[in-house]
Amino acid sequence: MTQQGARWSAEQVLALAPDAASRKAGSKLGAAGPWSEAGSSGEGTVWGLCKGSGSKPYQTVVDIADAAGPAYKCSCPSRKFPCKHALGLLLLWAGEDGAVGAGAPPDWAEQWIEGRRQRAQEKRSAGPSGSSSAAGDPEAARRRAERRAERVTAGATELEQRLADLLRGGLASAEQAGYGLWEETAARMVDAQAPGLASRVRELGSLPASGPGWPVRLLEECALLHLLDQGWLGRERLPEGLAATVRSRIGLPGSADGPPLRDRWLVLAQYDTADARLTTRRIWLHGADSNRTALLLSYGAAGRSPELALPVGLTLDAELSAYPGAGQLRAALGEQFAPPAPTAQRPPGMTTTQAAARYGTALRDDPWLDSVPVTLDRVIPAPDGTSWQLADADEDTALPLTHTAAARPGLWRLVALSGGAPVKVFGECGHRGFTPLTAWPEDSGEPVRLC
Amino acid sequence: MNRTSAPVDAPAPGVWEELVTAALLGTERRTPPGGAAGREAPVALLDAAAVETVRRRAGLRPARAAVRPEPAPEDARAALPAAAARRLALLLADRGGTAGGRRGTAPDLTELLPQWLAAANARGFAAPAHLLPALLDAARGRTDLRPAALAFAGLRAVWLARLNPDWRFALRATPGGGAALPRLEDEEQTRRLWQEGLFAERVALLSALRDRDPAAARELLVTTWQTERAEDRLMFLDSLRTGLGPQDEPFLEQALADRSRNVRATAAELLSALPDSALAARMAVRAGACVSVDRTHAVPTITVQAPRECDASMERDGVVAKAPAGRGERSWWFGQLVEATPLATWSGRLGGRSPGEIVALPVADDWQGELHAAWCRAAVRQRDPDWARALLGAPSAPEAGGPGAVSLAERAKLLGTLDAAERADWVAGFIAAHGLSEAFQLLGVCAVPWAAPLGRSVVDALDIARDAGSYPWSFSGVMGLAERCLDPAEAIHLDGLQAVPDESEHASPGAGGYWAEAFQRLVTTLRLRAAMAEELEG
Repeated sequence: MTQQGARWSAEQVLALAPDAASRKAGSKLGAAGPWSEAGSSGEGTVWGLCKGSGSKPYQTVVDIADAAGPAYKCSCPSRKFPCKHALGLLLLWAGEDGAVGAGAPPDWAEQWIEGRRQRAQEKRSAGPSGSSSAAGDPEAARRRAERRAERVTAGATELEQRLADLLRGGLASAEQAGYGLWEETAARMVDAQAPGLASRVRELGSLPASGPGWPVRLLEECALLHLLDQGWLGRERLPEGLAATVRSRIGLPGSADGPPLRDRWLVLAQYDTADARLTTRRIWLHGADSNRTALLLSYGAAGRSPELALPVGLTLDAELSAYPGAGQLRAALGEQFAPPAPTAQRPPGMTTTQAAARYGTALRDDPWLDSVPVTLDRVIPAPDGTSWQLADADEDTALPLTHTAAARPGLWRLVALSGGAPVKVFGECGHRGFTPLTAWPEDSGEPVRLC
Repeated sequence: MNRTSAPVDAPAPGVWEELVTAALLGTERRTPPGGAAGREAPVALLDAAAVETVRRRAGLRPARAAVRPEPAPEDARAALPAAAARRLALLLADRGGTAGGRRGTAPDLTELLPQWLAAANARGFAAPAHLLPALLDAARGRTDLRPAALAFAGLRAVWLARLNPDWRFALRATPGGGAALPRLEDEEQTRRLWQEGLFAERVALLSALRDRDPAAARELLVTTWQTERAEDRLMFLDSLRTGLGPQDEPFLEQALADRSRNVRATAAELLSALPDSALAARMAVRAGACVSVDRTHAVPTITVQAPRECDASMERDGVVAKAPAGRGERSWWFGQLVEATPLATWSGRLGGRSPGEIVALPVADDWQGELHAAWCRAAVRQRDPDWARALLGAPSAPEAGGPGAVSLAERAKLLGTLDAAERADWVAGFIAAHGLSEAFQLLGVCAVPWAAPLGRSVVDALDIARDAGSYPWSFSGVMGLAERCLDPAEAIHLDGLQAVPDESEHASPGAGGYWAEAFQRLVTTLRLRAAMAEELEG
């Protein structure tokens, strides 16, 4: 296949930047000045020499045709990924002013591309046999899983005891006990190899300081944690789908072994959340034919950007495989059949009433679910006291925004885009309210990122 | 969202509240409701709370819609071409600036925002809605951007600013936004706002009206003149500068008798800008008595007899009697008289000579500096290009580059009275003769983009400075101006300057590399500006 594809927009390129500083540095390099011998090939390779502070220019090459998103190589010492040179080169290429002409790649770029393609080929041919050999001795794997299950069981039992103690003494005492108590319990859960329990326990620690109404929130979360413990301890009696959900909520590794589903997947939103240890990137996709919404997760070590980057508004012709568990939307990206391409495709929407019902229904499969992805059709952002809501244009109902969403700059892009008129909004709808992630103007026009 | 009031199979209303109370106090003190057999009280409480939590979440319903905002007014302007919209997003994203860091070869995008906005406004494009927040934030941080940014942002930005207190400045700055000006045709409303409005509103009203109908604005001012405070009178009088004409003379003449000295001085200044006013004629008589041509010398020479006193009538005409420290009072009075005298009177007074001939006459007894400086002020005030040309002299004249009778600041002001092409030619000649070290101020008054001869002489001078072996940051001001003002078409003449030259003996170490970098940045910026202009063409 020839993969020149349509050129990306500058916004789509900038969405690849690992952080704001790179975005700025990259956009400064997105002009012809420092570049020489820049070019692009019909196979989706873009290359160029960028003059830096040293005497030798940096060699930058980007492979945009690759299945797993663009790949970069640059001779600069930066540990940012992609580095500002790769971003600048892509911006130059996206800029359409003829700065990057078509041509054949120079040797240094060719070598890298060849090497990559070769490795990809090997991986593909070695794929099926490789995965089974990775499993190693099935008997040893089973024993390992059993040992881990025992430790999780011990952890869940201990956590049940702590929750019971807490409720016996009263939540009011938790307010005085402070953060330390929960940190220690969370550490115990990490020892028990139940990272899902550990992060929920850590969340509990922050609730007593979360403002008015904290006892309600704390009781809710304690109860759901209790429910998860009980789900684990009684997992033999659960239906298979729910048991898988419990395992994934506990934090046991699963593999995306669902049947691959090929579709034209529209990138609805991409956003990162970070804590001290890890940057988590969430990418929401919507399949045009299957009408399914799926979530891709990728991780980067603290301060590093996760590798997978898919600009909002592109579609990719690709296969996704679902992770196990009832009501789980997480999937893994399988083979991609063409590079991501711009599209006018939009997800179908619903009313606010349907969105609320969708969340309620989803809790049947996964009672620990905080929110579900939905697209709202014809909603108007409206101020509501100190916060905001998305009001149906044609009905007297509305979904309030979450407190965090109402405090983000994206809110104002949404309000400006709407100007009091209906817009289409994709976001996450849950018990805390609605978090808008992407918006489309009513009739036509490109999606606007809100996160 | 609303909690459902009572799901069908709810045990009893208030169960959740009882659970919360029991949890808060602890099961040792309060027995929770229900309580399954065989379970410990805390575990039973958690069981019940889990059921209730999921039930409550599953039962969530949308809230009642609040009052929706009025739709923003339609923007009838053409949509921005897609490439231009992306460019604007980039320019706005760069707002932080690169304070402290070395700039390298990358263009300074922040500095290009003003001209991008001017170009977009000139073509009448509408701002993309989703970029309005970034645009308003940029205008909030930089007051110099506000007029162009708000004009471009249009009515939707005003609509938006009503919803966000951070952008309140947009309401103040936009007529019809916050405190709406009445339609100026409506005399009754105009009069009411004039009488009852706040000071800022009244100034805005007066200048708006003065723009439309100078006489009406003056008449409005006269209605309340006597009762205004002195500071306010001064501000209001100042707004008469726009559209100043002979019809204003009686009012200004009356203001010469004002109680406040500042008001009197401003009135006199305005009158002296009207060459046919009675004040100008009185000043001409006074100044004429001080200046004459002495034909007894071999070369006709101007002699100056400065006034011996500053009498009451002079003070009434705005002459400030007390000289600033360090200046002789007689020369101080003399300067003020000449400054306020119509320039046209000098030709008759000095033997029918042209301005050029008059300026060329020698002046006796060291009076030349005082006399020429006063003529400069008069030429600027009366916007007289003939006199300005005569006083500027030839750009290549040796005294033009150094401290002469006319300073650089005065030259910059004199240049302002010439048309753009003549101004550019003069500055080009100046740079060719004197180099760049004194040119910054003069370049600042030239029209953008620079005319071809001016641009070339700046580039040549930079090239010469490089060859002379100095560092480029000695010229960073001119470089920055060149990046913003040079015609992008000039980029082709700069190609040869981007290479790192071989280091010569007399050059400062490493200077060649820095120069190459500075020229690369210049070329990059010019290309970027050309691309920006092309994108806006669509």
